[in-house]
Amino acid sequence: MKPPRFSYAAPATLEEALALLARHGAEARVLAGGQSLMPLLNFRLARPGHVIDVNRLAGLAAVTAGADGGLRVGALVRQRTLERSAPIRERCPLIAQAMPFVGHPQIRARGTLGGSLAHADPAAELPAVIVALDARLTLRRAGGERVVAAADFFVGLLTTALAPDELLTEVALPPWPARTGSSVHEVAKRHGDFALGGVAAMLTLDGRGRVARARVVGFGVGPVPVRLADAERSLTGGAPTPAAFAEAGRLAAAGVDPADDIHASGAYRQRLVAVLTTRALTDALAAVTEHAA
Amino acid sequence: MTTPASRTPEGGYIGAPVPRREDARLLTGRGTFVDDLPMPGVAHAAMVRSPHAHARVGRIDAAAALALDGVLAVVTAADVADIQKPWPARMPSPVPGTAIRHGVRHTLPGDKVRHAGEVVAAVVAESRALAEDARDLLSVEYEVLPVVATAAAGLAPGAPLVYEQLGDNIAAHIVQRVGNPEQAFAAAAHTLRETFRVTRGGSHSMEGRGVVARYDEALDGFTVWDATQAPHAVRAMLAYLFELPEHRVRVIAPPDVGGGLGPKASVYPEEVLVCWLARRLRRPVKWIEDRHEHFVSAAQEREQVHTVEIAFTGEGRLLALRDVFTHDIGMYGALVAPVISACTVPGPYRIPNIHSEFRAVYTNLQPTGAVRGAGRPQGVLVMERMMDRMAETLGLDPAEVRARNLIPADAFPYEVGMWFRDGARLTYDSGNYPELLRRALERADYAQARREQAALRAQGRHRGIGVAICVEGVGLGPFEGAILRLDGRGRVVVTSGAPPQGQGYQTTFAQIAADAVGVRFEDVDVVTGDTGAIPYGTGSFASRVTANAGPAILQAGGALREKILAVGAHLLEAAAADLAIVDGAVRVRGMPDRGVPLAQVARLGNAGVAFGMVMPGGLQVGLEASAYFAPAQAGYSASAHVCILDVDADTGEVTIVRYVVGHDCGNVINPLLVEGQILGGVAHGLSNALYEEAIFDEQGQSLASSFLDYPLPSAREMPRVEMFHLTTPSPLNPLGVKGAGEAGTLPVTAAVAGAVEDALRSFGVRVNRMPLNPARISDLIHEARRPS
Amino acid sequence: MSETRAIALTVNGRPHRATVETRLTLVDLLREELRLTGTHVGCEHGVCGACTVLVDGEAVRGCLLLAVQADGRHVETVESLAPDLEHLNPLQAEFVRHHGVQCGFCTGGILMSLTAALRDNPRPTEAEVRETLAGHLCRCTGYQGMVDAVLALVAAR
Repeated sequence: MKPPRFSYAAPATLEEALALLARHGAEARVLAGGQSLMPLLNFRLARPGHVIDVNRLAGLAAVTAGADGGLRVGALVRQRTLERSAPIRERCPLIAQAMPFVGHPQIRARGTLGGSLAHADPAAELPAVIVALDARLTLRRAGGERVVAAADFFVGLLTTALAPDELLTEVALPPWPARTGSSVHEVAKRHGDFALGGVAAMLTLDGRGRVARARVVGFGVGPVPVRLADAERSLTGGAPTPAAFAEAGRLAAAGVDPADDIHASGAYRQRLVAVLTTRALTDALAAVTEHAA
Repeated sequence: MTTPASRTPEGGYIGAPVPRREDARLLTGRGTFVDDLPMPGVAHAAMVRSPHAHARVGRIDAAAALALDGVLAVVTAADVADIQKPWPARMPSPVPGTAIRHGVRHTLPGDKVRHAGEVVAAVVAESRALAEDARDLLSVEYEVLPVVATAAAGLAPGAPLVYEQLGDNIAAHIVQRVGNPEQAFAAAAHTLRETFRVTRGGSHSMEGRGVVARYDEALDGFTVWDATQAPHAVRAMLAYLFELPEHRVRVIAPPDVGGGLGPKASVYPEEVLVCWLARRLRRPVKWIEDRHEHFVSAAQEREQVHTVEIAFTGEGRLLALRDVFTHDIGMYGALVAPVISACTVPGPYRIPNIHSEFRAVYTNLQPTGAVRGAGRPQGVLVMERMMDRMAETLGLDPAEVRARNLIPADAFPYEVGMWFRDGARLTYDSGNYPELLRRALERADYAQARREQAALRAQGRHRGIGVAICVEGVGLGPFEGAILRLDGRGRVVVTSGAPPQGQGYQTTFAQIAADAVGVRFEDVDVVTGDTGAIPYGTGSFASRVTANAGPAILQAGGALREKILAVGAHLLEAAAADLAIVDGAVRVRGMPDRGVPLAQVARLGNAGVAFGMVMPGGLQVGLEASAYFAPAQAGYSASAHVCILDVDADTGEVTIVRYVVGHDCGNVINPLLVEGQILGGVAHGLSNALYEEAIFDEQGQSLASSFLDYPLPSAREMPRVEMFHLTTPSPLNPLGVKGAGEAGTLPVTAAVAGAVEDALRSFGVRVNRMPLNPARISDLIHEARRPS
Repeated sequence: MSETRAIALTVNGRPHRATVETRLTLVDLLREELRLTGTHVGCEHGVCGACTVLVDGEAVRGCLLLAVQADGRHVETVESLAPDLEHLNPLQAEFVRHHGVQCGFCTGGILMSLTAALRDNPRPTEAEVRETLAGHLCRCTGYQGMVDAVLALVAAR
């Protein structure tokens, strides 16, 4: 099919973009990488009166150091950059680990961090990863801005906290803690497709090798990324043993109630969470050991 | 794989792995697919499709649509009353004494729509985008009716009727019997009974359907560029509906068609409408199918449910087979696939007693036709699964149990005892199944693979090995033709009705013609798929073209050669028997300096000495020969596949470790191209085994109607396939060729199903349903593990 | 009247100006306005890859870019790879030798993805070749001939 008619604008400055959003709000869709929006337009599943192309906003495409030692990643940073960026690989390995699962190289060439987060597909990797990272998202509108915690950003199926007149501009990643390893595991029908189920995990060890902090987030197993808090609690303060990881897996599975759909039964997804949690934790631990030098 | 070469070691072209002539234009972006053709002034059509699977069509309000700037026309059933004749029945039942009960359809539905996606109207505008804008403004009243969404639902008492006049939803109920199955079952030491559910899906050729029609007012006729596999069938339908003589309807499959795989061999309402619109608007009109339309309106092959029983001895010898199945034929379709399924089940085995029975059931889903494999993969799955189960019951190796039942190499021609889909007796022409199986096992290091499997199992890993061997009906008639001529440049032009969709006919037809006439491959041109260039043709489907068009080209080529030599004999004042065609000229043998270029031969043979002058010495005029080859029956290729894979029992993921294919398609015109066909078929088979699934809900709505929900394997999912060939020439045609277009597809679901079940044997998993994706495999393991 | 804009872009090294509907996709611009029909449309949702072209050197989906977004950019299509039918480039020549083409509909996009990938990494492993091809669907070939073509190209270097 061919897209329906819309009014197109490609603002050169953030202020212009925000002004357009303020004026058109619910009638507008933001066009960033286009890898999610263009299919909707091509199939006439989205019929916005206005398309606001933000690709000229170069200021949103940078990866910079944060004042706290973390990273600030502009919403327009391409997924391909996330995949290849040395600062990201060194200072936020979890994102680098997720990228090979995200679509294919031709998609990552255009897709953006902000676009993936704003689209909020429940089976996408990046939303789960930023929840695991406790990232903070800057949402701007004409005349103001606010910062939202990742956990509060994903509100429902394909729904975020973004108001119709707001633009996601930046994701702030906290500093990567010492003695921390991470991993992403997922099962998809084909590599690069949306996950049938996936887990992003981070483990931080203390000086005695016990788990100081754990983050386990499931994706594809609910309408939004699911923080598997019971699993995290079971690990904290304990030894990172296979038995502990297996128990964490069981608790993770108990913490989700995925629905059946044409691709998989909810029961399968639940079992998958247990398996992938255990595997992700095992690999996260190995990553800590690798880094400890 | 095969290293390309321009000739065989003996110096001929037939049998040489000649690289394709088509490639240069396709690799440089100069292909001519139907949407690539320059067509000045063309208008663009968009189809209005029913959102409901079963509904009466009421008022259509096109006022707002027509008011849009750039919109040229909107047509509904009322507008096309002049061509609303009922479509002729597609094919009779090939099994004597049975009939297909045809649902009557028209170009546009007069009373009701019968599938979601059925065309109810068309809009034409200056651009496709505008036509779709107009379509958005069109409103259609529907009175929604209850839906038949599966074959089982269609058979249930009180089911809604897809065609009221039929009284029920049974398109055909066909029984075929061999021997006395009841007696054999009663007396047998062992019997087994299983139910299998197999789904196929759509073709999803990368190019969808597409058609451009031009109406010539002066000639009162149409020229139609159509990405079709069967231009003569399209012409026949258009001539019938428009009441035009065939010679005023010219249908041309463009030189490049982006894959066919079956559905492009059917005729569709869109092709008819585009012609009607071109005549009405006096402008060329184009319709290009988009992917969503392909999902909801191009023909598919969907579900069969088989209940199959076998009777056998304690040594694993088959005594009898009983296969009863239902086939979802959609709202319209031919009997091709289910008849082929029924005839494929017995496969390469000696089975003295057979009861084969199926019901093809109308449903409110899009029409079925044939998709690469055309019913054979389902038949192969059923038989091969039963062979595996028999092996398991008797504690025998599954390859051994197959070997014990194979038709021996000296038993050909072998009569199975059934009627095939071409109306002839199911008779295998040639083959060597024991050797094919033996070599496949050897190539796969089968004994070593079993040892490795045991070792891995001891480590808790789930390695499985699946074996499948099958027979494939190919090369069926009724015929294909070829016209060969020597043109003014001295080039041989081969014209055949069967168009290519990637098979490489421009190369293989030239190979055959070059050998038949005795000219260089470079001096042959090939023209295909144009009803204006050759009056009769059947089409490219069912792995039939090489076995039909090939012998026709061979025969016509030989006749053309005789004529060329006769004219050359006159020019050289020599006896034809002393002449040869060498390097573009007719030459006297042993006297390389005495020769005349073919162009000169053509000038005399096609134009004479001069205008108005008598032909010298009663010489025959017109260096042209035509031949139509009609095979006595279908031929039979065979394949054996060995699949070695690992299953991750925790996630259900499958990793294929090794995939071996042994293939026999008789003599081979171009081994490079045959390999390509097998590899493509294996990919399609793997897709059916592990990935794609056409899913509909109870309202007949497609739930998987984009590639995001309907996965096809990429290069990353495909294993490296190892292949070898066996050759048992066919006695059915002078070339000894069979067919290879679908072969790769046939045994894959069976081999994969067998391997997965084998891998998960410790859990007691039973694979009775395809496809196998991670969720389904995991659910099977979970179910098997539950305490009963 | 659908909204239009004037754009200027370079395609295969040549400058072009056009006034296009803002909703026109890049692949439709290339095919309809510029008559570069070697790039095809297979799915319109970014999965099949038939529409893949290079924009500023990167392989991207032509069906998921608006033509107006290509304003000021340098686009390369399959037509840029060889000057004519008689002079295929080494990648194309290997495709012929290894029977990497059947119907040819997916071929243009695949060649462009491979061209960009090979510029980035001239010596890919088989796994890397399959990873590049993972962004493309072919229903005819089973991909093996394409993979072998690229590996042969690499071996010849």
